[in-house]
Amino acid sequence: MNMLFDGLPRRALVALGLFLAVLLVAPWLVNAYILSLLVVVLYFAYAGQAWNVMMGFAGQLSLGHSLYVGLGAYAAAMMFTKFGVNPWVGLLVAVATTTAMGAIIGFLAFRFGIGGVYFAILTIAFSEFVRVGFDHWPWLGGSGGLFLPVANLSSNDLLNLRGAPIMFYYVMLAMCVAALGFCRWLLGSRLGYYWQAIRENEDAAAALGIPVFRYKMIAVMLSSAMTAFAGVFYAFYYNNLFPEQIFSMGRSIEIILGPIIGGLGTLIGPIVGAFVLTPLADGLSELLQWAGIDVPGVKQVFYGICLLLVVVFLPNGIWPMLARRLGLEREH
Amino acid sequence: MALLEVVGIGKHFRGLRALHDVSFSIPQGAIHAMIGPNGAGKTTCFNVVAGVYKPDGGSIRFDGKPIAGLRPDQICRAGIGRTFQVVKPFPGLSVLDNVVVGALNASASVAQARKEAMRVLELLHLADKAKHPAASLTLPERKRVEVARAMATGPKLLLLDEVMAGLRPTEVDEMVAVFRRVNQETGLTILLIEHVMRAVMALAQHIVVLHYGEKIAEGAPQEVVKDPKVLECYLGEEAL
Amino acid sequence: MSDLYLNAAVGGALTGLVYGLMALGLSVIFGVVRVVNFAHGEMMTGAMYGAILLAQAFKLDPLVAMAPIAIGMFLLGYGLQRGLVNSFVQRPEHTQFMLMVAVAIILTNSQLIAFGPNARNVQVDYALDSYQFGALIIDKVRIFAAIAALAVSGALFAFFRFTLTGRAIRACADNYLGAQVVGLNVKHLYGLTFGIGAACLGAAGCLLLLLLDVTPLQGPSYTLLAFIIVIVGGMGSLTGALLSGLLVGVSEALAGVAFDPSAKSMFTFALLILVLLFRPQGLLGRRP
Repeated sequence: MNMLFDGLPRRALVALGLFLAVLLVAPWLVNAYILSLLVVVLYFAYAGQAWNVMMGFAGQLSLGHSLYVGLGAYAAAMMFTKFGVNPWVGLLVAVATTTAMGAIIGFLAFRFGIGGVYFAILTIAFSEFVRVGFDHWPWLGGSGGLFLPVANLSSNDLLNLRGAPIMFYYVMLAMCVAALGFCRWLLGSRLGYYWQAIRENEDAAAALGIPVFRYKMIAVMLSSAMTAFAGVFYAFYYNNLFPEQIFSMGRSIEIILGPIIGGLGTLIGPIVGAFVLTPLADGLSELLQWAGIDVPGVKQVFYGICLLLVVVFLPNGIWPMLARRLGLEREH
Repeated sequence: MALLEVVGIGKHFRGLRALHDVSFSIPQGAIHAMIGPNGAGKTTCFNVVAGVYKPDGGSIRFDGKPIAGLRPDQICRAGIGRTFQVVKPFPGLSVLDNVVVGALNASASVAQARKEAMRVLELLHLADKAKHPAASLTLPERKRVEVARAMATGPKLLLLDEVMAGLRPTEVDEMVAVFRRVNQETGLTILLIEHVMRAVMALAQHIVVLHYGEKIAEGAPQEVVKDPKVLECYLGEEAL
Repeated sequence: MSDLYLNAAVGGALTGLVYGLMALGLSVIFGVVRVVNFAHGEMMTGAMYGAILLAQAFKLDPLVAMAPIAIGMFLLGYGLQRGLVNSFVQRPEHTQFMLMVAVAIILTNSQLIAFGPNARNVQVDYALDSYQFGALIIDKVRIFAAIAALAVSGALFAFFRFTLTGRAIRACADNYLGAQVVGLNVKHLYGLTFGIGAACLGAAGCLLLLLLDVTPLQGPSYTLLAFIIVIVGGMGSLTGALLSGLLVGVSEALAGVAFDPSAKSMFTFALLILVLLFRPQGLLGRRP
């Protein structure tokens, strides 16, 4: 446990503690709209953290993470609606499904030397493949969608994930903290070193005795397993699933924007990214609505411009710069 | 007994004959050098031994076991560390972390690997750069990091591909001293590809000369440099 | 019954040649500039809207509009390379990729804002004409589109093989440093390459408009299609791209007849997976 906080300057620990404290009391201080926004922020922070394991740590660019969100969501929703299994047990099915999917994609790509952007294309192709499949699978609602019975908002049933937004908020917060701790541990472990070596230079990594194929597979499978929870959460929070939406490439892009803007490969980057991007985009939507401009696509153009600006002017993301300015960097 | 025994290996690239029927062996604890003009096949030979390329034929035995056709990571775990002619550092990691990655090969834990990495960094006079990002180093420093990384994997045999290139004479002498010390203290066997003859003559007990992918001479350094065939291949190149 | 399949296959093959031309643009850009144009489908969608505007304003047949659209796309491609992409040529692969993703997102949604979500098309007066050879009935538009696609591809091959500029570009692709050393203006040649790739795309877009509607959100799926065609054909092989485009066209058409038109992309993905499994270097690609 000590290792999790090793090397962090005191002020960083204090900042982290304060931030967590604010998040813990936030639901009682804000209105329903802000709370719903915070739930979405935490969702993206978590999903971004999961994606970051694969790209940020191990250097394998996935542009199809909506695949794992969608599969996780459908797996748990299926278990719940068809077999009456609670979402926590459903999560196991979801994790098994997404991990298997990640393994298939990873095997196909890495076995045959499909790397870099071609790997990214393959992840999109699989995501689209599965989307079309679900569109044509009537048992799970097909393109008409799969719906979960809507919750009674007055009582919170944690076991079945039925309840008010505040319950979902704390569930997601807990998962975000867990994911952060887990990723911190990963980075400092043998696995983390091997991944970073592979990310930086595969040939050199292999020459140092690292079985590159195996460790890339572990990265893909672990990342897809973690992402499964984001899907389960999505299903039970929104109560409806449409293949067209949940598997869409737009969703994948939304997931990866946070970590990239926040700081690829850093632990705090995905969180910073989610806290910056989601409120900005939502605020923009609100503003446009208020101004009476109701044109679809404006939000996405905004996303695109944000991404462009960050890629051109802040290639390492916001967090590394911020951490340096505030003296919150880790020391060796 | 020979630690590395290479017999009759060959390698073709789309009709280009890079290596043909090359044999050599290195006894345990020795320091050998491989020299030859540019394009002679030295690096290809390294890459075949290190598992980057599969040989078209012939056999490679290391420590009594056949290793031809194994993957690079398996060869490293078998006990052969190597550096790259064109350095391949992990630019985003610190110098220390670069070496830790190598040290993990022979360490049970990350903590132990860090200790081992620090030891190797000190050995190579890189300790004061430990926290610098590898991307910020000069080329000779990067070469030393590369050597440190390979040494940290705990090899029985170290393949060094032109690690002296670009060093000043005093730095060459420094590196020579380091390798000699490691060789004497731990019995580490070393095979180096080198153009810097100052280092070759100071370190190697035995030299293999490659030219156009074939071994044209081998023997003790003083004899090899007087060999008319060797002189011809170098002078021939100069004359171009 | 077999007539139905035959007709679908031939029609699909003709459409596939246009796909091939589209993928050719991607292959050319990647082969030389080494930057993956992730905004490929989005740029083509833009070209299709351009052709629609020309048809509305001047009653220009898309076959005729090919010339101005290709020129316009060439200039845009050249500008994009010199203005934005060029400073990324030496940056890590994923950074380049994210840059193009950003461009793609902005393009798609700007098109959505400008043209609305509904599908649009161009009606030519020969749209319903067809030629009949025995049981085989082929739409006139498909024949025209396929011939034009072949002609443009042929011109592209000739350009790279016989012109000095084309050879200089190939030299850049083979050896960046060497090309600089012998005094080639690499930045300019990269710009030209990007422009040529975009021009192929413009031509392909005009031809596709004869066959299909255009919607603002179609971009990503065409980007994906272009990539799949390039991978299936073999990275870096121009003939491979054309051949694989043809194959994808046929498989799509047959899937549409045998199953459901909306499931046709699944067959394309299945083709990709098969190729990755059994011939990872692609149909005409060289083994690495």
